[in-house]
Parts: sequence; structure tokens; C-alpha cells
Amino acid sequence: MKIDPKLNPRLYELRVEQEALRDGFGRGLVQAAEKNDQVVALCADLSESTKVIDFAKKFPERFIELGVAEQNMASVAAGMAVMGKIPFITSYAIFSPGRNWEQIRTNICYNNVPVKIVGSHAGLNVGPDGGSHQMLEDLALTRVLPRLTVVAPADALEAERATLAAAKWDGPVYLRLAREKSPVLTTEDSPFKIGEAKVLLRPAKPDMAIIACGLMVYRSLLAARKLEREGIAATVINNHTIKPLDEETLMDEAVAAGAVVTAEEHQQIGGLGSAVAEMLARRRPLPQEFVAVADRFGQSGTPAELMEHYGLGVDDIVEAVKRVIGRKRN
Amino acid sequence: MILTNEKKKYLAATASKIRRSVIEMLVEAGSGHTAGPLGMADIFTALYFGLLKHDPKRFDWPESDRLVLSNGHICPVLYATLAEAGHFEKKELSTLRRYGSRLQGHPHREFLPFLETSSGPLGEGLSQAVGMALADRMDRGRVSGRFFYCLMSDGELQEGQTWEAVMLAGKERPHNLIAILDRNNIQIDGHTEEVMPVEPVRAKWEAFGWHVLEIDGHNFEEIFAAVGQAKSVFNRPTMIIAHTTPGKGVVEFEGRYEWHGKPPSKKEGEQALKELRTLSGRLKHED
Repeated sequence: MKIDPKLNPRLYELRVEQEALRDGFGRGLVQAAEKNDQVVALCADLSESTKVIDFAKKFPERFIELGVAEQNMASVAAGMAVMGKIPFITSYAIFSPGRNWEQIRTNICYNNVPVKIVGSHAGLNVGPDGGSHQMLEDLALTRVLPRLTVVAPADALEAERATLAAAKWDGPVYLRLAREKSPVLTTEDSPFKIGEAKVLLRPAKPDMAIIACGLMVYRSLLAARKLEREGIAATVINNHTIKPLDEETLMDEAVAAGAVVTAEEHQQIGGLGSAVAEMLARRRPLPQEFVAVADRFGQSGTPAELMEHYGLGVDDIVEAVKRVIGRKRN
Repeated sequence: MILTNEKKKYLAATASKIRRSVIEMLVEAGSGHTAGPLGMADIFTALYFGLLKHDPKRFDWPESDRLVLSNGHICPVLYATLAEAGHFEKKELSTLRRYGSRLQGHPHREFLPFLETSSGPLGEGLSQAVGMALADRMDRGRVSGRFFYCLMSDGELQEGQTWEAVMLAGKERPHNLIAILDRNNIQIDGHTEEVMPVEPVRAKWEAFGWHVLEIDGHNFEEIFAAVGQAKSVFNRPTMIIAHTTPGKGVVEFEGRYEWHGKPPSKKEGEQALKELRTLSGRLKHED
């Protein structure tokens, strides 16, 4: 089995570098702002948490602190974009796009202005904060909006590059970030382009394909390694762009493998798995299993405890792969 | 700006023409809002025929003032005014709310590119206008000569987001932001003070650090004086509370909340047009 040579060579080691996606975003935003003086940032009282603080320190005249008012933030950004700015609005995903969905729909997407919505602290990995703050519905909420591009990077480095790409992207973008430190699996040499799924692992004769996004990409690689020891060959795809879906790459890999498992830190309804299922139903139905949260809310706990409790662990992926291969043979 | 009698008469006659267009459009469309557009016709006339820096031949002129219509449902008066001012042919007005029309039921920037923003859902326009004013200040500093107008309704003062925007403008103090409130006291379900009281409006806006003026929204001298003063206030945004009569110009519609969200029937429309023509005739007669 061959792994993409441009991935982190220490990927499977215990001492693999760990960094939070939001840190990558913080760096990317400063770089984007250095390249383009129209880039501005808005903040709803979470400058340290979302890492927009580095931008705020470096470009105070291009930074607006709006207090705890996410709806206002989305609409103010829309107004700034009409005047030629490229605004990044930053908060926790639960509040943006959670609280301000209709402002995003009408003022940003319907108006067709290039506001970039940065939702940090998405998913169960917020941990101790509990279910009220664990955003598991954002991919569904954003994916359904016309014109909105939806990106969920797999590591801090990819979050940095996704931020730079979003600043250049002609249109609104939702960028999904996570709070917890997670392994850095890509390198400076790994290509990244919005809308292009990355095949990380492609066995000569795949038994199935895992399509993952966000922190589930790393877990999927670990699962594939476990499966390999049991003689099961899995393709692993980092599908960082949930919309527009890279249908050509995904269909090629899915058809070659004959069955699919999707893995995401999100509700099973409406997220990456749904997007893939819609594509397969339209183009070529194949057995699919979902590794996702089964229509439930989260709760307090460590990220590791929660990922296990809600069925998002490495072994859960392994089991899903075996189930889908079973269905393939029937 | 001092208004001569001649200019006042011209404005009154123009407002009357706009009101007639509004009635004709609504009758033709068979749906839409009547009271708000008629009530705001004088303010729209004052803005597009005197106060706004704009060029109908060049809608993308960068020096233009910008106008955000937050309560998008009164768009018949926006469309009628834009047509009257020469932004497009008046005959297009009859396409209001039709399939394929640029004149959507609520304003849509994609179809009509010289609109600053698409609107309809209430409580969002002021935020966008604040965003525009702040972007302008980033680019041109505190001396920018472009002004950003936000026209809004009293019903949308019940939206929480309105106050988020009021608060932000109170903090950032953009000098180039002028909000005009259509204080007509009605909303779909009844009178504002019965549905959900918004008073004391003036004290609320003052408490957030705005410069507040109160005018009769049908008196051109007061409208011009208020906007003139708002432009000269250099260290904070201005709210002009314009007291208006919903349905203004047609006695049967005036002050009645029932006319908030429905169009006149063909017969009611004919009666209204007759009344407005009589008013117009009187204005001409006074010449």
C-alpha cells in the first residue's frame, strides 16, 4: 500500500507534530492580509480563542470588534464586502453559522458577496464545554446554501492554506476549524486546492474507499493501517471541500473500490456522508456506511472519551469498513 | 440647502407622480405592500431629487452616496423613484413581482445591480449600512464625503439585531452614516405600540450615542434641513425619526394598518389614482 509521499513522514509516530486547526487559520489570515490590503477581520468577543488576535495586533485598523453579536457581524461584513473588502468573520461554529444562519443566507449568499465565515471549535473535540457548544450541524447548515463553498481542513497546515485560498476565492466560503491540537499530516509540499479531493492512500486493489474530512482524516489513515494488517485494502481520501464536491475524483475512487465509508465529526444527517450519498445515488449507487454522530447531541468529556462514546474512533471506522465490504459481497 | 417655493412644488409634484406609479404597480402585480410605499414617497423624492449624490447614467460611480433599504417590502416606492429619476424606463414598473422581472417582490441586487443590497428579512439593513460606512472610513478616513443612508421601519426596531447595529455604530461613531426611520406606527398585526411597544424611540437611540433628529416626514423643508444637519455632525451617526402617515396621499388608506401588506383592488386603485391626480392638479393650479 502506498501513501502519498508528500505527507508528513512522521505521520504514524507518537511524536508526530500536533497543532490546532485554529492556529493554522491565525497564521494564514495574517499572510492573506499581508498579500491583500482589502482583507479585513471581524470578531465577536473571541479573538484569542479563534486566533484572529494575531491579525488584530498586526492590522488594528482593519479589525473590528463587535462584541457578542454574531448576527450583526455577518451583516456588517456583508456591507463591507459590498464596498470591496474581503471580510473574515470569526467565532465558534455554534454561533457562526449557527446563530446567524439567515444573515449568512440573505446578506452574504443571496447578495453574493465574498465574506469568509470562520467557524472555530466545531465538533465534539470542544470536549468539556459540553453539548451546547459542540457544533455538529454546521456542514448541513452551510452545504445547503447556494453559492457557499464549504471547506473542512484536515490539519493546521491545511487550515492555513485553506485560509489563504479562501481569501482569493471569488465568493463566500465557510471554513470549519477545530479547537483541539491534532496531528499534522500534510507538509508544505502537499498540494491544496479548494474543490480538489486528495487521495492519501491508494492500494493497488482497494476493497473499499474511506472518504473523510477534518480530524477524521487522520483517524481514517490509522484505521487503514490497522485494516492492512488484517488483509483489507482501503483507499483513504481527504475530502476537505464538502462543497463543491470533487465528484470526478470521488467517483473514480469509489467505483474502483466498489464501496464507501464516510467519516466526519458531524451529524450523520446532512454532512459529508449525505453529500457523498447524494452523489452516489445520482451517478452510481454503491454500498455506503456512515461514521458520524447518530442524530444525538454531545456532552462534556475529554475529546478522546467523546469520540469513542459517539462512535468516531479508529475502531469504529474499522468496523464500518468491514460492514460495507460485507454488503459489497452480498 | 434652502428650498424655494418652486423647488417645493416640483418635489410635491414628483412625489405625487411616484405615488401614482406605486398604485399602478400594486394593482398590476395583485400583491405587495401599500401603506409604507405611499408613506415614504416624500422622503424618497427628497433623497433622489435633491439630497443624494447619484448619477442615473452611471450607477457604478464610486463617489455615489449609498442607500440601503432595510425594510425591503416597501420597494415599490424605491422602484418608482428610481424609474422617475431615470435609472430605468417607467414602463418596466408594470413587471413588479412578475416571473423574469428585475423588480423582485423584495429588492434583489443580483437582478438590479444598482441596488446596494438585497433586502426583505427585517433588522439587517442597518448592520449592512454600518459595515459600508466603516469600510469607507477604512479607505478614506474620517473626512470621506460619501454618505451612507439606511431607511428603516419602526416594526424592525423589534428585531434584536437592529440594536446590535445601533450599539456598534454608537461605539465606532461613523460620521457618514444617516439612518432614517419611517415612524408610521403600524405593522402587519396592528399598531406598533400594541403589538410590541418601541417607544421611547428617541431616548433609546440617544442612549446609544447617536445624534437624533425628529421631523415631519412629509415636510420637504424639514427633510432637507435634517439631512443637512446630519451631514454636518462630524463625530457620530445620525438617526432621523421621520413621522409619517402610512398610506399618505389617499384618504382611504391613510393611517390604517390593514393596508400594510395588501395591494389595492382595481377599483380601489382607480379611486386612489383619481385622488392623487386631483392633488396633482391642485399643485399645478397653484403655479
